Amino acid sequence: MDIDITFLWAFVVGGAICVIGQLMMDLTTMTPAHVMTTLVCAGAVLDGLGLYEPLIKFAGAGATVPITSFGNALVHGAMSEAETNGIIGIITGIFEVTSAGISAAIVFSFFAALLFRPKG
Amino acid sequence: MPLLGKQTWKFNSEPYLLATAAVVGPKEGEGPLGEDFDNVHEDPYVGQDSWEKAERRFFEEACERAMDKAGVCGEQINVLYAGDLLNQIITSNFAARQLAVPFLGVFGACSTSMESLALAAMTVDAGFADYALAATSSHNSTAERQFRYPTEYGGQKPPTSQCTVTGAGAAIVGKQGQNRPRITHATIGKVVDLGVISPFEMGPAMAPAAADTIAQHFQDTGRTPEDYDLIITGDLARIGHKLAEELLEQQGIYLGDKFKDCGILMYDPDQSEVFSGGSGCACCATVTYGHLMKRMGRGEFDRILVCATGALLSPMSSQQGESIPCIAHAVVIERGESTWT
Amino acid sequence: MKQGQQAKADYKKLQKKHVPKKPVLSNCIKAFLVGGSICLLGQFVQQFFIAYFGFNDKTAGSPTVAVMVFIAVLLTGLGVYDRLGQWAGAGSAVPVTGFANAMSSAAMEHRSEGLVLGVGGQMFKVAGPVIVFGTVAAFIVGLIRELVTKFM
Repeated sequence: MDIDITFLWAFVVGGAICVIGQLMMDLTTMTPAHVMTTLVCAGAVLDGLGLYEPLIKFAGAGATVPITSFGNALVHGAMSEAETNGIIGIITGIFEVTSAGISAAIVFSFFAALLFRPKG
Repeated sequence: MPLLGKQTWKFNSEPYLLATAAVVGPKEGEGPLGEDFDNVHEDPYVGQDSWEKAERRFFEEACERAMDKAGVCGEQINVLYAGDLLNQIITSNFAARQLAVPFLGVFGACSTSMESLALAAMTVDAGFADYALAATSSHNSTAERQFRYPTEYGGQKPPTSQCTVTGAGAAIVGKQGQNRPRITHATIGKVVDLGVISPFEMGPAMAPAAADTIAQHFQDTGRTPEDYDLIITGDLARIGHKLAEELLEQQGIYLGDKFKDCGILMYDPDQSEVFSGGSGCACCATVTYGHLMKRMGRGEFDRILVCATGALLSPMSSQQGESIPCIAHAVVIERGESTWT
Repeated sequence: MKQGQQAKADYKKLQKKHVPKKPVLSNCIKAFLVGGSICLLGQFVQQFFIAYFGFNDKTAGSPTVAVMVFIAVLLTGLGVYDRLGQWAGAGSAVPVTGFANAMSSAAMEHRSEGLVLGVGGQMFKVAGPVIVFGTVAAFIVGLIRELVTKFM
């Protein structure tokens, strides 16, 4: 039962975050890059306020797949290092938790550049 | 007197447009004008290993075909006026190297076709060349990767965007040419900037420049729209074209049905990702040198005014928040008594 | 043609008459459907890792993101993601798949400039701001949190 509901909320919350992005693109002069940057910062701020983790519990991938979760993960990494190593942990911890996404993107993009040609 | 009014050149010897050639890519070939181009390439890479090399091939092929049709060889060309959209106009530079002709590179963005044609006509008229070659090219992918995003990037473009034409157009201008159209006048445009900032609104940015040059042309020559069978802009596309029409009406100039745009003619609105119409140096060049010259040859037009429009921005100027300065150059082409195929 | 402030203001008014409005509602609907579907797919992938590979709720995030990135890079390489992006707008740009598309499209595009300066140097061309601003934001938020918890 729990699992089924999470699937629904994953769809709805994920879709809603995308709609927020779409409204930013359509109603302002922001480019996609500006919108992504704003959303990543929003994710960081929401986690700073302690609001993003409850959203993840509730909506699962609906909160972890959008780019906002990057901001959340970066803050998480910073905070958990800071707990063990003090204030310097804020810098050393930042990439601990997001490394999967960025590393995967770098490695797969590199191989894509070797294997595929842009079609225009 | 070769100078008329403020900005218009009258070519007293009325140089001949000896031959023109237009070569395009697959999307342009599938459009409504597909039959009127000299060659359509199905592969946008034209067998080359980069987009830039591909654009160079389009350019070289257009020049070679034009020279073939005119019966003129490379050694006879006294000057090549050419430009394109890429940084340092590398397409033209490398093609000029391959063609091995005296070369004057020009940058007019999408107005390059008429800028180079005006210069070619002026050079022949003044006796500084027996044969002058005017050429330009553009490529959807080279323009995308230089001005906007990587070609496989999934960013969403607004409906005001335009689709850069993949192709090249070349024209040979000479002193003698039985049964060929003639170039009689050219109006050189001023840079006009009415504050449009977004690179996705090129049509609206260029419309004021087009209106300015067309109005100036009528003022300098003392002519009216009735003196022409067709007045056509380069790549204002659907939105920019309406704006130019209104700006001209505000000055008391009514063009009506005679007023067309190459960017609108180039594509069928149902084709994928063409948005408000075509753009790029090759838009005006291929439509004029391919489609319009064929129609003129059949006797559909006696006298046309082609006004190519260009947006003189760089990727950096946009990012630095500058608005887009634009320019438009117009050339008059007359059929005289000739017909041709 | 006059090009002063008044002329520019008048032209802005004229443009409003002719520039078509973006179809905001239909864009939002498409963004919702595609974005929601991508997240739903992510949820399936996450459950799959939990059920068959012994990950738990906390640790399944990393392999899930890696799989989503892989799928996005593959679709970019096959020339499909940009078509999806034009239709779905933010629906394909906001999920982490959009980030992967930005990286891989730039890497592929600049192959012609060589592996080091082209692929290596240009890979972050489009996606760079997300990493920069995410990191800076995390630093500032983390710093504020630390100072607040220490001094309250």
